[in-house]
Amino acid sequence: MSATEVLPRASAPDPYRLGRRGGLAGGAGGRSLATGHGEGGPASKRVIVGFGFWIFLLSDIVMFSAFFAAHAVLQPATGDGPHGRDIFNPVSIAVETAVLLASSFTCGLSAVATEARSQLWTQVCLFVTGLLGLCFVVLEANDFATMIAQGAGPQRSAFLSSFFAVVGLHGMHVSAGLLWLGTMMAQVFVKGFRDNILRRLICFNLFWHALDIIWVALFTVVYLIGAGR
Amino acid sequence: MLGKLTWDAIPWDQPIPLVAGSVVALVILAVVAWIVLAGHLPYLWREWITSVDHKRIGVMYVLLGLVMLLRGFIDAVMMRSQQALAFHAAGYLPPEHYDQIFSAHGTIMIFFAAMPLMIGLMNLVVPLQLGVRDVAFPTLNSTSFWLTATGALLVNISLVVGEFARTGWLAYPPLSELPYSPGVGVDYYVWALLISGVGTLMTGINFVTTILKIRAPGMSYMRMSMFCWTALASNLLIVAAFPILTATLLMLTLDRYLGFHFFTNEAGGNMMMFINLIWAWGHPEVYILVLPAFGIYSEVISTFSSKPLFGYRSMVVATMFICLVSFMVWLHHFFTMGAGADVNAFFGISTSIIAVGTGVKVYNWMFTMYGGRIRFATPMLWSVGFIVTFVLGGMTGVLLAVPPADFQLHNSLFLVAHFHNVIIGGVLFAGFAGLTYWFPKAFGFRLAESWGKAAFWLSLLGFYVTFVPLYVAGLLGMTRRLQHYEVAAWRPWVVVAGIGIVVMVGALACQVIQLIVSIRRRGELRDVTGDPWDGRSLEWATASPPPAFNFAVLPEVHGEEPYWGIKRRAIATQQLAAEPRYAAIEIPRNSPTGFITAFFSTITGFAFIWHIWWLAAAGLIAAYAVFVWFAWRDVEELVVPAEDVARLDRARRQAREAWLAAHAGAGEPA
Repeated sequence: MSATEVLPRASAPDPYRLGRRGGLAGGAGGRSLATGHGEGGPASKRVIVGFGFWIFLLSDIVMFSAFFAAHAVLQPATGDGPHGRDIFNPVSIAVETAVLLASSFTCGLSAVATEARSQLWTQVCLFVTGLLGLCFVVLEANDFATMIAQGAGPQRSAFLSSFFAVVGLHGMHVSAGLLWLGTMMAQVFVKGFRDNILRRLICFNLFWHALDIIWVALFTVVYLIGAGR
Repeated sequence: MLGKLTWDAIPWDQPIPLVAGSVVALVILAVVAWIVLAGHLPYLWREWITSVDHKRIGVMYVLLGLVMLLRGFIDAVMMRSQQALAFHAAGYLPPEHYDQIFSAHGTIMIFFAAMPLMIGLMNLVVPLQLGVRDVAFPTLNSTSFWLTATGALLVNISLVVGEFARTGWLAYPPLSELPYSPGVGVDYYVWALLISGVGTLMTGINFVTTILKIRAPGMSYMRMSMFCWTALASNLLIVAAFPILTATLLMLTLDRYLGFHFFTNEAGGNMMMFINLIWAWGHPEVYILVLPAFGIYSEVISTFSSKPLFGYRSMVVATMFICLVSFMVWLHHFFTMGAGADVNAFFGISTSIIAVGTGVKVYNWMFTMYGGRIRFATPMLWSVGFIVTFVLGGMTGVLLAVPPADFQLHNSLFLVAHFHNVIIGGVLFAGFAGLTYWFPKAFGFRLAESWGKAAFWLSLLGFYVTFVPLYVAGLLGMTRRLQHYEVAAWRPWVVVAGIGIVVMVGALACQVIQLIVSIRRRGELRDVTGDPWDGRSLEWATASPPPAFNFAVLPEVHGEEPYWGIKRRAIATQQLAAEPRYAAIEIPRNSPTGFITAFFSTITGFAFIWHIWWLAAAGLIAAYAVFVWFAWRDVEELVVPAEDVARLDRARRQAREAWLAAHAGAGEPA
């Protein structure tokens, strides 16, 4: 048996244990026929890449959680600087949230278009995603600039240091995502829907949605709870 | 134009770093010149630097680890000799230099010696033991290695350009903040670790994915070798812990570069938060290092006792138990912070509980040996030496886990002796055991036993002569990191420790001689069958060194200790399994991506250290360009034709046939 033959055995009853058929042959003992579970041998590239990227996302979330923890510790440490309620601009934050969530939606649409192998609609959806992402970054940068102009920059107090760091880290992620998105659009345009391009699109989608999840946490911990202090 | 970088960055007035740096530079130049003039460069570029083969990357990791081990060891010799001399005297190392040495020693030994040794052995062995052809992401693997090398390079550049941190290996604030460390030392530290940390994190992601998703048919979790299990636990810890290190160092960087107030003593900054964060990474890091070491001992002890590992399942449970609990003990590194009796009690108890998991392992190793037919080859000697030494280190650890005792012993040489006891006795001994054990797999010939045994005995002796006196000096109240001292009671113990390190130098000499002698005698030390130790796991089922694709056909696994089963069947039936139908194999194409990325990372890191902003920006842009260039390539894989696979595998089968014929009629494989 060669490597190329080691594929999920579609003929086997319910190899991924989605249903109840063959229920007894659980994980241990190597009786599972699903790839990556034992008898099935190595998983397919698509599974490997997706799984690996999930692990990366988890590690990224751990990094964020360190910044969140630091912010939670330093939120009351305002020194002689302003509190959150003095400087947060609820309107701007609401617009940012709407824009980012909308970009996640269009990103999801791009995945649907990719599934249908539509070059045009994939590009359109990715472009709109990028546009919304860019709006988000610009709005956030504007918020930052306003705060710094008010004398509420990161050097003012430990609270503001951790605020700029955790929100800025998310902003940097979105910016990096935009760079990736542009690269993916070019790749889809030049290379078409090759297997490796499809895998990268899956990863990009995961990344973009993860940034959304982190924003939800930011919105809650930094802005909602922070505005109450 | 060049930021803070001027000619004054080179320590013209300090002969020791200058001479050391010049010698190293000369050696490197000579090696490079020899490589280029002798025409080895194309080979080196094609087969090693751009290689994405996990075995080659593993060898390069181990090499990096050994070279850095030498560098860190020289630091150790300097510290021991300084302390031996500096009684009522200044010694030969001024304080600012001495402080850099102990900081560099710790940083180098943990990040650039111990980590590459363990990760290198994992690279070499894990895919082979899983019975597969490579890790999940081969090019990423190469990038990981080269980013680690970047970190090591930056730390060593600091020897001659500028200075290294004077803050100790964890750069505690406020000392590491700008007002107290205005030089570039801490910046070297931070950027070296940020860059190599990315490499380590990618290794973690790579191996978790490999072990969970890429295993030979039939290789279920409970059939994996112990080393694969410990590698899994260690890499899970990397994925969970290294992002914390990156985050913490980023915060320190923001403090130093942009005037943030995370850990400063003003505007609400909280320096104890740094201590908490860094140890939330730092304690799991201890287990990132020692868990694969436990795996190596498990393999070695089982093989050389000619018995299956005793209590395999309990070993798996103990490993995963340690993996989990290692995240719940970090506060024991700073009981003296004053978190209160309740908090200290919790962490004291959780720390003691970790010893239960380790205890299970120690008993399992002893019961594996019990009743076995033990062969005291070099790897086995290291393992037995480990059991004795590590139990001692573990007991002093449990002692330190008791908060009232820790208040007395905090930051004393007792602590220093304790963690050297577990890291040398645990990780380093495993490194050497693994190195001797798997060397024939990597290179096709064994290491000379006589010199290996001499190295072991001298190391064991040297270790005890060095560190037992430090335990005593610590109990007498001697604190760590002393450049000079005036207490007469400490003197004899410090001198004995100095003698101990001389013995260690002897052990090092034996290691070097062993390597040279073995290379010269490689003809007679050759491993023809691919199974020099009568092994039990799948890495011994292929040739030594294995072909690029590892296995001509993926082995079918039917139980624990898969290769032992294959061998037993071959002996029982007096023939090898029928020749398989060979097919072409796809292997990943080599790529310079990792090397080029690391090249630009080095430039970027160096530019950030010296505040050369345009160069930093240029480096980042170039790194992105490399990423796009790599993403653009069309052919990712190379196909090894079926004839080549058949030819290589038939040669291996021939050697196995000869072995089988030599063992005809033997009931037990010798």
